[in-house]
Amino acid sequence: METTVSPSTEVNKEDNWEPKIIAFLCNWCSYAGADLAGVSRIQYPPNVRIVRVPCSGRINPMFIVKCLERGVDGVLVSGCHPGECHYISGNLFARRKFTILKEILEFVGIEPGRVQFSWVSASEGEKFARVVRDVVEEVKALGPIERMVKAAPI
Amino acid sequence: MSLETSLREIARKLLEEGQVDVIIGYEKGSLPLQTTPCFIDDADDVDRLVWNESCGNNLAKYLVDRKDKAGVVAKGCDARSIVMLVVEKQVERDKVVIIGVPCSGIIDRRKIVETLEGREMLEATIKGDKVVVNVEGSEEVFAKEQFLCESCQTCEHRNAPIYDVFVGEKAKETKSMGETSLSELEKMTASERWSFFKRELGKCIRCYACREVCPLCYCEECFVDQTMPSWLGKTDDESEVMFYHVTRALHLAGRCVDCGACSRACPMGINLRNLNRRVEKRVKELYNYEAGLSFEETPPLATFKLNDPQEFIK
Repeated sequence: METTVSPSTEVNKEDNWEPKIIAFLCNWCSYAGADLAGVSRIQYPPNVRIVRVPCSGRINPMFIVKCLERGVDGVLVSGCHPGECHYISGNLFARRKFTILKEILEFVGIEPGRVQFSWVSASEGEKFARVVRDVVEEVKALGPIERMVKAAPI
Repeated sequence: MSLETSLREIARKLLEEGQVDVIIGYEKGSLPLQTTPCFIDDADDVDRLVWNESCGNNLAKYLVDRKDKAGVVAKGCDARSIVMLVVEKQVERDKVVIIGVPCSGIIDRRKIVETLEGREMLEATIKGDKVVVNVEGSEEVFAKEQFLCESCQTCEHRNAPIYDVFVGEKAKETKSMGETSLSELEKMTASERWSFFKRELGKCIRCYACREVCPLCYCEECFVDQTMPSWLGKTDDESEVMFYHVTRALHLAGRCVDCGACSRACPMGINLRNLNRRVEKRVKELYNYEAGLSFEETPPLATFKLNDPQEFIK
């Protein structure tokens, strides 16, 4: 985690700033959805770095806070639609955790667009591409992340 | 019979009959308007117990990891913390006797000290709704209501919702007077709130007093102390302080009973309740749950409904 992402404020010094976005995708739906988008040759922006997780319920909300602290411009979390979790109810527990996390982050003043959530099934390659396009567009409009970011390690 | 006398009688009875091994209560502190937690295991010592408007500490904190059976003097918020500890299986229900006391709010000693601007408070007595303070020889009178802790000003559960014995008559429950600092924050834009929290939490020195005093922070190893993985560094810079407070709020979501212990403990005088209050307010709106009112209800983050709100999910 230390070296993979450099704070994008530095990248911004160059004119062609591109946001860095981490996508946490559930293995059973959204990751397969991303795969389908790939094999179907659907175009979507290359700004997302995908982290595959077994279930959206596996995502500790602290992963997301940590991403922001490390200077990631946006975080996308995606899992199975409610009722379709491979582990029956992982995404339903996750939904409550994410609701609270989003409430807290927005309350302390993190822009709502920085952290986004979606349900994407394995057959929704098109939807995955659309979600990524939307997220990238929104994060681009917000600009590089400044709040929560720890200064770059010396 | 005054409240204190009946509290002592109840404590004596519990100890003599062997219903409890120890009574956890308050005794006179070394400064005016201050009390200190005390542990009484001998019926002859019950006269040390006091109960007044400066009994602020949340004594539920002392129940975790106890082997013996304890009777705890509990205000509304303390009792709710005990209920949460039982719900979360940190305390066995039959190992604790909840001694409910009627609470009309705790005086924030700091507010009075601030008003005195450096002059020393030598003695203080509470007479009805007035606090009579001896300031370096001269007498000054303060209205109690204006010097209550913030959490007491908005309190809606003055009496223990669940108790084994209750001392005296129950206090009159009041509706919250509305939370000015919270509603002001809610009206702000994201940027304004960010500047607010940056300024307010910028005072934080990461001493973790808020965590140490919180009855529901009982993890054997807190996330800030973990090294595998190391979630965050040890500095007091903006990012890490924010990380700490955001995560603490997250970990207390649906569990915080707003006892105000964190704010009282903070050496930098940060109003730590804002964040937790907001979360609890949203938890109530979204999941219709209030912490510490029942042993049976499942805490909101340990359960779900198929039709939970999800407008924010694409």
